[in-house]
Amino acid sequence: MANMSLKKLPMPEQDPLVRNKNFEEVALGYTAEMAIEEATRCLNCKNKPCVSGCPVNVKIPDFIAKVAEGKFVEAYEIISETSALPAVCGRVCPQESQCEGKCIRGIKGEPVAIGRLERFVADYVMLNGGAKVTKAEPNGHKVAVLGSGPAGLTAAGDLARMGYDVTIFEAFHKAGGVLVYGIPQFRLPKEIVQKEVDKLIAMGVKVELNVLGGKAITVEELFEMGFESVFVGTGAGLPIFMNIPGESLNGVYSANEFLTRINLMKAYKPEYDTPTKYHKVVAVVGGGNVAMDAARCAKRLGAEVHVIYRRGMEEMPARAEEVHHAQEEEIIFDTLCNPVQVLGDENGNVSGVECIRMQLGEPDERGRRRPIEIPGSNFVLPVDAVIMSLGTSPNPIMKEYTPGLETNKKGCIVANEDGLTSIEGVYAGGDAVTGAATVILAMGAGKTAAAAIHKYLSEK
Amino acid sequence: MYKILRREDLNSQVVLMEIEAPIVAKKCKAGQFIILRVNEEGERIPLTVADYNREKGTVTIIFQIVGKTTQILAEKKEGEYIQDFLGPLGKASEIEGKKVAIIGGGLGCAIAYPQAKAFHEAGVEVDLIAGFRNKDFVILEEEMKKACNRLHIVTDDGSYIEKALVTNKLEQLINEGNEYDLVIAIGPLVMMKFVCLLTKKYNLKTIVSMNPIMIDGTGMCGGCRVTVGGETKFACVDGPDFDGHLIDFDEVIRRSKMYSIEERQSMEDHKHKCNLEGMH
Repeated sequence: MANMSLKKLPMPEQDPLVRNKNFEEVALGYTAEMAIEEATRCLNCKNKPCVSGCPVNVKIPDFIAKVAEGKFVEAYEIISETSALPAVCGRVCPQESQCEGKCIRGIKGEPVAIGRLERFVADYVMLNGGAKVTKAEPNGHKVAVLGSGPAGLTAAGDLARMGYDVTIFEAFHKAGGVLVYGIPQFRLPKEIVQKEVDKLIAMGVKVELNVLGGKAITVEELFEMGFESVFVGTGAGLPIFMNIPGESLNGVYSANEFLTRINLMKAYKPEYDTPTKYHKVVAVVGGGNVAMDAARCAKRLGAEVHVIYRRGMEEMPARAEEVHHAQEEEIIFDTLCNPVQVLGDENGNVSGVECIRMQLGEPDERGRRRPIEIPGSNFVLPVDAVIMSLGTSPNPIMKEYTPGLETNKKGCIVANEDGLTSIEGVYAGGDAVTGAATVILAMGAGKTAAAAIHKYLSEK
Repeated sequence: MYKILRREDLNSQVVLMEIEAPIVAKKCKAGQFIILRVNEEGERIPLTVADYNREKGTVTIIFQIVGKTTQILAEKKEGEYIQDFLGPLGKASEIEGKKVAIIGGGLGCAIAYPQAKAFHEAGVEVDLIAGFRNKDFVILEEEMKKACNRLHIVTDDGSYIEKALVTNKLEQLINEGNEYDLVIAIGPLVMMKFVCLLTKKYNLKTIVSMNPIMIDGTGMCGGCRVTVGGETKFACVDGPDFDGHLIDFDEVIRRSKMYSIEERQSMEDHKHKCNLEGMH
């Protein structure tokens, strides 16, 4: 008999006013007892809507059934059949709009806490000696993967499992892409990302750091080197600024810069050399998940933090859970206003941001109500830093150094539903194709491309 | 890990290192840069490629000891290793024209030199003006001589060859009737600013090389943004070479000082730590 509780079993978390001063993980995870209890809420229904809601089609009811039986390692093996990064997905996937969004239990009450269960299973296995890694029989074919973010890691993992000789080329000095430079430690501990990467290495995947794939070694050269197919997972690119006066003042950052200093370069730890400023009042402009990450990092460095967003709370694109966590951590939301200029002092440092109030008008083509300026409603918020979190535009490097690689009007790489680009044997996926999106969508694209590469090379 | 094959003090403040980095050496060109990290806790710093040897697979960097990172890098010996070395980054310099004037100021000569060499090897007539504070700071004299048609060394105090500023020398050469298609200026921001003010007067196209604060060097962080002709450009992917007449130098100078307090503190902490360790 299923556990008919209407609510998900809550996951223990650090107290908001304690955690907003440290970089330790916010959510502490289920215990084994809690996981078993929550797992019994799954009805194991026949048509499994949750599986179709998952971009990598994890066999959700099957793994949850194993959790309910206390067979956590078996549960892990089921997840691993389709997901290369369970510990990551359990933490950063927007489950509410994917698997959990489709859960039957969510019709009346809350859905099964699929994300929390996935996380528990992955952490349990990591804590208890790690996953059993089997090296596939080599099939003698070499594939190159450019970029080690979620798309690249997933493609590499799937290809390695099929016996391919895979080499990942990563420009940074650490593998993981956005999982290490973008998502903060308190949401996704970097040790976990490293363990996932280590798992791939144990499977035989080679990781070449400090190589700007596509430029230092071009796609053409990769083919000359004996790679038979290339997967491009180079991620999103250049940060977008607002093009308003004062954006070059000292103290205006892109969210990418601010987060990279903190997450990848560990500027918040005294033993690391990368500098970061300890600002007093910080404005974060934007309402996405990246804006929440930037705001919560700024808070942890001791600042009073304002999120400035031109629409209302309802319209905010960030996950509800992230917004909720930010609010708990005493981040101030100044919605329905938009910066018109950044103000500076005589030394060129940021001294404030002038904003204008907005109201919501008619819905736009995407159905979101358009923000309209209220004339004469300008006001100045005194701040000493502004973090622009407005998304990114595609990185021009791949296109520039890859003749024949087609990109669309926006500059994103054009790929078909299999991830195939305009060049034979070259596949792409993740933000490089879609523009800034989520970790799991990038993983889904990596997975699709890996299957397509396998088909292509098998038939070649 | 990247091995230091050669290390040489060019003067009391400036160090040359030849690093084993075959992937970078294979295709780097004049004007491009690398990003290195000395050790696990280190920051990422950009340095322009001073020279390369494709056969040996080596890249030469020349740097001035200005802060903690360059200090600990300078303390590395031949045969030791640097943690990370990424490149080539940025766009290569465009080699064009019949006759060019290339100006290096101080450490900027380490970048002016490969540019002069590239132009010279392409058959362009090169006047190279190298400015230094005084005799003790002169670097790369022999190398530069070979990389141009005429080398003009000037010093601020006249302690070596000729007392002049690089701008004086350039103006003199122009007034003597030298007709340049292009001027390239690389050195301290203030020097580049004044070269540009001068060449604007003569309507002489001038390229400058920017070396702003950056983290990734691949277009991701946007820390290196410079305003060029009213547009925001990223030095790491759009540069580092830009039309000097379009650069907002005052803004670049201001942005370059963003972390000066933190950098000074970091250097002092490092010196303090070294002193303490030296007492054992």
